[in-house]
Amino acid sequence: MVQSAARRVPQVSLRATGATRRRVYVQAIFKAIFGLMAFLTVGVTFLIFLSLLVPALRFFSEVSLGEFFGRTTWAPLFSPPRFGVWPILAGTAWTTAIALLVALPLGLGVAVYLSEYAHRRVRSVVKPFLEILAGIPTVVLGFFGLFLVNPEIVRRFWPVGEVSTFSGLAAGLVVGIMIVPTVASLSEDAMNAVPRGLREGGFALGGTRREVATKVVFPAALSGIVAATVLAGSRAIGETTIVLIVAGSRPTLTWNPGEQMQSMASFIGFAGIGDQPTGSTGYLTIFAVGLVLFVITFLLNIASIRIVRRFREVYE
Amino acid sequence: MKAEDYAPARTEQAPPAIRVEAPGAKSDTEPSDDAEIVFDVVGLSVYYRDFQAVRDITIPVRQKEITALIGPSGCGKSTILRCFNRMNDLIEEARIEGSVNFHGIDIYEEDVDPVELRRRVGMVFQKPNPFPKSIYDNVAFGPRVGGFKVNMDDLVEESLTRAALWDEVKDKLSESALALSGGQQQRLCIARAIATSPDVVLMDEPCSALDPIATLRIEELMQELKEDYTILIVTHNMQQAARVSDRTAFLTVDVNEVGQRTGYLVEFDTTNRIFTSPARPETEAYITGRFG
Amino acid sequence: MTASTEAAPAIDVRASTATRRKVVDSLFKLFLWVSLGIALGTLLTLLIDLISEGRSRLNFDLIMNMPSARPQRAGIQSAIFGSLWVVGTTAAISIPTGVGAAIYLEEFARKDRWYNRLIELNIQNLASVPSVVYGILGLAFIARGFLSLGFTVMTAALILTLVVLPTVVIASREALRAVPNSLRYGSLALGATEWETVYRQVLPAAVPGIATGTILSTSRALGESAPLLLVGALTFVTFNPDGFDSPYTVLPLAIFRFISEARVEFRPLAAAASVVLLFLLLGMNALAIFVRNRYEKKLR
Repeated sequence: MVQSAARRVPQVSLRATGATRRRVYVQAIFKAIFGLMAFLTVGVTFLIFLSLLVPALRFFSEVSLGEFFGRTTWAPLFSPPRFGVWPILAGTAWTTAIALLVALPLGLGVAVYLSEYAHRRVRSVVKPFLEILAGIPTVVLGFFGLFLVNPEIVRRFWPVGEVSTFSGLAAGLVVGIMIVPTVASLSEDAMNAVPRGLREGGFALGGTRREVATKVVFPAALSGIVAATVLAGSRAIGETTIVLIVAGSRPTLTWNPGEQMQSMASFIGFAGIGDQPTGSTGYLTIFAVGLVLFVITFLLNIASIRIVRRFREVYE
Repeated sequence: MKAEDYAPARTEQAPPAIRVEAPGAKSDTEPSDDAEIVFDVVGLSVYYRDFQAVRDITIPVRQKEITALIGPSGCGKSTILRCFNRMNDLIEEARIEGSVNFHGIDIYEEDVDPVELRRRVGMVFQKPNPFPKSIYDNVAFGPRVGGFKVNMDDLVEESLTRAALWDEVKDKLSESALALSGGQQQRLCIARAIATSPDVVLMDEPCSALDPIATLRIEELMQELKEDYTILIVTHNMQQAARVSDRTAFLTVDVNEVGQRTGYLVEFDTTNRIFTSPARPETEAYITGRFG
Repeated sequence: MTASTEAAPAIDVRASTATRRKVVDSLFKLFLWVSLGIALGTLLTLLIDLISEGRSRLNFDLIMNMPSARPQRAGIQSAIFGSLWVVGTTAAISIPTGVGAAIYLEEFARKDRWYNRLIELNIQNLASVPSVVYGILGLAFIARGFLSLGFTVMTAALILTLVVLPTVVIASREALRAVPNSLRYGSLALGATEWETVYRQVLPAAVPGIATGTILSTSRALGESAPLLLVGALTFVTFNPDGFDSPYTVLPLAIFRFISEARVEFRPLAAAASVVLLFLLLGMNALAIFVRNRYEKKLR
């Protein structure tokens, strides 16, 4: 370390000068503001849980779990009120099952077509149409279900019993249409992510396009496809407006989806319209059902994230 | 043994109009040991989590000289360079030991502000990275954020002139910098860096993304810049180091049992001596192309 | 190694694969075509039905008239203005907040800290919560309870903000992530602070992407119906909002009202109003695409 004493330079200060200190201070302020905004999102989840939990607990202090899970009549806004939850659970199950039954073949079919078969030009035409379908407001789909699907399709062709103006089947069909874009685009993303090398290997071994698509690409993309399905199912479970408009508002525990029915979500919508007085049992019922709904969809969402994470490691 | 025997072969990379001085011919500009030390690096080691990327580096960088860091790839030259302006701070797992002293102050001390440091120590990157703004705004960016109270037009013109780019762009200062060629973009990045009047300019393989002609122009530019700035350059092209630098540090890499590579300093001396009579056999082996 | 050439079977590479395989191939392809056909056909049927049913009422009266018990006189003016008020306020609140949160998460937060990862996970979950649950939250804390704002424009805007906020954050993060790191390094090396780098380099470069994402998120707010059912948007409102504390209705719920009416004369109104709503949504989406195409800058 030779340093000639004669050439010693005046000390340079690297401390933050006034101007720089101000700039750093400004940065700290913005960082704090934006950080606050980010933390807000955690706060929202907490608030949701809280807003549901407290009234829900009060509900269950007035209505026993035995009645909730033991009885089969749901009429919380009537007098005398009945709190057997099964009819609306069944309604949710029916609409979701029918929706998935519709959306999975259609959505996966579209996805496979776009990912493995379609030319670039066809894709560029079809994808916007899918996005338009995804953007149709649920109330408009409700119109479609009530005035077209139910009368023209369900009432005409459903063999069991007499189908009225409303039916769970029509609601399920329309919810299915609603989630087709979800299934299609997420599945297509998953299939696109499969490396080209895998496909080429399949072709090189003499597979037809169908065989490569179904036996090579589809299994490789399975985790993403399952996640897409779970996510779509979660959306179907939570769908309110369509079911409210198309399936009616009469909770029915039945094996026949052609009947009217009410799902958990559509009950919440229905009860909400009625403007329940705060603290009344009807009011509290909204929160209890809402809590059940939130927990179910929350768990499904976490499951879908987990599935993708776990299978991605195995695949790679 | 004549000096020329150790000199690396001259490669004909340019049209004959541009003459490149053979390394041996630098004897008239032998750097003086009296020059003040701008950056004094003592015992610098860089760790990524537990992995030691660079080990115990000691290099004095003298004022208004060009100091080159050469060595095979992966020996940590760029890592070391990024310590000089604390760009390594941006990598979360990186930490250093030892000291890097700038005009006598350890830049890793508590009360040193990296923002102040980076105004005084400029950097040019391997791949030219002009901002997607006009040429003018690119050069003016550093002074603007630094709050310089100057006539910006004059400052921009001066910086571009010093970077040997003014004549080519003076009529299109408001056009996008991305429309320039690779070599022009890199000179723009140099102009941008010197616009904040730094003491030192760090260059991380500034020519490796450029064609040979552009490379030579930048090498010429470096000789001019040397009059006003201290330059520290990392290059994997040892002929370039031989052409432009006053002093050279040769680093290489040590591979341990687990396959981890740790860089260390082999030799640091005037470029003349490194390339004509290196003290260490590893240096000689690298210079003569026997490895690396 | 065969001596006689007549006995050696020729390897024929002409297509002679089992026909069964080919049949399956064709059937599969047919299935795919049918799927596509049903999906797109349904969309087309829906659009055609709406236009044909609503054609009779698709005129300026629809937009100029207020709701009325008389179908001949009914219109959606209050709903349109209500939507403008509510969606506008939603955008004004959700866009700065969402972009701010995205800036924090992408540019400032240390990725290895647990609380930052918690925030990321949360945003993903919030994006998938049924929108009606946000309605319940709004009923408990915004319309009544803590904020007690009642059934007003501000209540609706706050609830819709919660609904679209996760999408705004996610879209903005994508846009910020698309800005190459070389830009950030270049700026920092010139002595700019991180905030200056964001403000002067990253944000300007990310604006087109952020704009596209936020326009799309806001358009979602326009079409939402479920959460607002719980906070009074279904009321029979015959005036335009005159403030944030004003009662209101929105277009999707005006449609809901028309659908719920027993009298069949309201059906064309529902269809026509739906067409108006779709038209507005189409306009917003087109705007988003226009912004993206026009302002997408090359960054390298």
